[in-house]
Amino acid sequence: MRLEGKRLIWQDYQKEIADDHYFYARSCIRQTFFPGAEAIFMRILKEELGKDIHDEQHHTSCTGIGYHSDVVPFDTTMTVVARQFALMTEAGYENYAASCVTSFGLYTEILDTWNHFPETEAKIREYLFKATGREFNKPRNLAHASDIVYKLRHQIAAKAKYKLVDKKTGNPLKVVEHIGCHYSKMFPHKGIGGAEYPYVLSGMIEAWGGEVIDYPERRHCCGFGFRQYIVQANRGFSLSCSKKKFDSMEPYEPDMIITNCPGCPMFLDRWQYALSEMEGKTYGKNKQGIPVFTYEEVAGMIMGYDPWEIGLQVHQVPAEPLLDKIGIPYDPLQKFTGKQGQYLGIPESPSYLKFYADQQNTEVIK
Amino acid sequence: MAKHVVVIGAGPAGLETSAKLSKMGLRVTLVEKEETSGGHLKNWHTLFPGNMPGLKALESIKEGLDENVKIQTNTQVTALEAVNDYFTVSGHNGWQEKADAVVLATGFKLFDARRKEEYGYGIYENVITSSDLETLLAKGNLFSNHKNPARIGFVHCVGSRDEKVNNLHCSKLCCITAVKQAVEVKQLFPETEVFCFYMDLRMFGRHYEELYKEAQEKYNIQFIRGRLSESTEDKEGNIIVKVEDTLLGKPLRIKTDFLVLMTGMEPAAGTKSLTAMLGLKDVSDKFIRPLDEVLQPNFTDMPGVFVAGTCSGPKSVSETLADARSAALAVEAFLKE
Repeated sequence: MRLEGKRLIWQDYQKEIADDHYFYARSCIRQTFFPGAEAIFMRILKEELGKDIHDEQHHTSCTGIGYHSDVVPFDTTMTVVARQFALMTEAGYENYAASCVTSFGLYTEILDTWNHFPETEAKIREYLFKATGREFNKPRNLAHASDIVYKLRHQIAAKAKYKLVDKKTGNPLKVVEHIGCHYSKMFPHKGIGGAEYPYVLSGMIEAWGGEVIDYPERRHCCGFGFRQYIVQANRGFSLSCSKKKFDSMEPYEPDMIITNCPGCPMFLDRWQYALSEMEGKTYGKNKQGIPVFTYEEVAGMIMGYDPWEIGLQVHQVPAEPLLDKIGIPYDPLQKFTGKQGQYLGIPESPSYLKFYADQQNTEVIK
Repeated sequence: MAKHVVVIGAGPAGLETSAKLSKMGLRVTLVEKEETSGGHLKNWHTLFPGNMPGLKALESIKEGLDENVKIQTNTQVTALEAVNDYFTVSGHNGWQEKADAVVLATGFKLFDARRKEEYGYGIYENVITSSDLETLLAKGNLFSNHKNPARIGFVHCVGSRDEKVNNLHCSKLCCITAVKQAVEVKQLFPETEVFCFYMDLRMFGRHYEELYKEAQEKYNIQFIRGRLSESTEDKEGNIIVKVEDTLLGKPLRIKTDFLVLMTGMEPAAGTKSLTAMLGLKDVSDKFIRPLDEVLQPNFTDMPGVFVAGTCSGPKSVSETLADARSAALAVEAFLKE
């Protein structure tokens, strides 16, 4: 593989990312899947880098999952999105930052539609005004939150306590990056690095000391295709997609997987458990699986945030072996302790996938 | 004094036009931007039909040149102006000539396979182009690191008939070139499995269909109708190809040692710049549109400016030479008027 070939392509796919003053639209599912991710993003931007970011409490789902599953018509979707833009305008912001990859893809698609069909934009403005009395400006800059972290990756690296490096050997960690389909496959020029060799996560991995793995099924879907998992009868496709990726990356012995989409980390993480229960097959060394993280979680880890404060205990594939490898300290006793110090209970141990819980001591806390 | 013609571009079309104009008693200056003449032909191993070596064909064409043809190399034409009843042609290096007629033989360039990003050219070591393969064949060190490659794939229509890269046109020669190259590979490596991935096969020329048949029956080359979705590289450097066999209606994943991309033809930079400079007509494929594609294929909208060879569309070497001779006759007729 010639990295210089990729670098030539990356030059063609750069985009403007606002430097400050973001209107943040959260994902409708990420806080359930990986509850620390969005909080880390806010914390790093506000507290570490002094950026101005508006966390809007009145916005709704963008309807993306419903839209892509053909249950929400496009006109409805566009009107809902127009309302999000109205909230941004009312809050006095011009730079829209989407937490979710599907939302980002949908906003991009809608802005592109309005660009080509101004009459559609006029119609949606009318719908929104009739329904809510609201008006809006289109964002001056639209970015996915991973674009912003990509832009700030060197500043984050400068403040980080840890690197994506094996503490014992000093070797860079081998990292698989997986990009959400809606990030750049629909509009390659709206994604850092384009659609075929996206650079948004690779750039973070490089800046934070890791080594990116390219493997044959890198471009393959994670298994979060909406029709694959929403329709229960199709769920086998979802599992097959994930399995195909794990089998393909396994020979490269990755230390971790980083993703930028709400669904990818969910399915790449949880399906490792499902596959182990179904077939007894585990990936990674010592039956510990390949840990899967959002890019915010990885940023939080290298910043030295408490792993349990950023939600790593809700991962199905345990994070502990990786934390040990990097040398990030954690208190095993606090793994199942809630924010207020309450005991949360220990989940049932998987049959094959290695489980980390200090059972004896936790019993004492309990 | 004999009339003077400037021919721009010293590939097969420019060389043959110059040779024929000279035989007609005209003075010719042949301008070439590169150091040597010959165009793409000097890099091509063999030609179909007959497998004549490219360099031998080039030598034969050059034999027609005589003292009436002056070759001006290393000169990029930057200006071409009609002044009264003659033309002034100027180069980037200060070179300038007056001409009674001008022939554009600026040719084509090969599609840059990097633009089909999903195929990985320039990124994966073992993804090469048809042009790279000719060079390797000419050097005699094809796949020197792989004594017995297990599988080799040829991908048709790379940069041709593809809206995604804004090329709707058929480059027409890639089909037969793929068949020719697949047979050459099979002759060198009889144990290797060879696959051609195609949309449809356009065997338009004489003997083409026969070679296609021979490729299947004698050489057991597998033709799979389907377009690649992507190629990737595995840990050993093999190229993993994803393609749908549209006749079987099944997706395929095939591991190949090498993948050869049949890159199509696009108008050369010189063809485009002269088209713009002279305000000539082109069509959607950006090749120059002659005055009349059926009856006057070498005339342009500008009296005294002619086209020869692939600047007016994809052509084989034999078609290019015939077109060049036709252009010489058109110039002669024009200058006699």
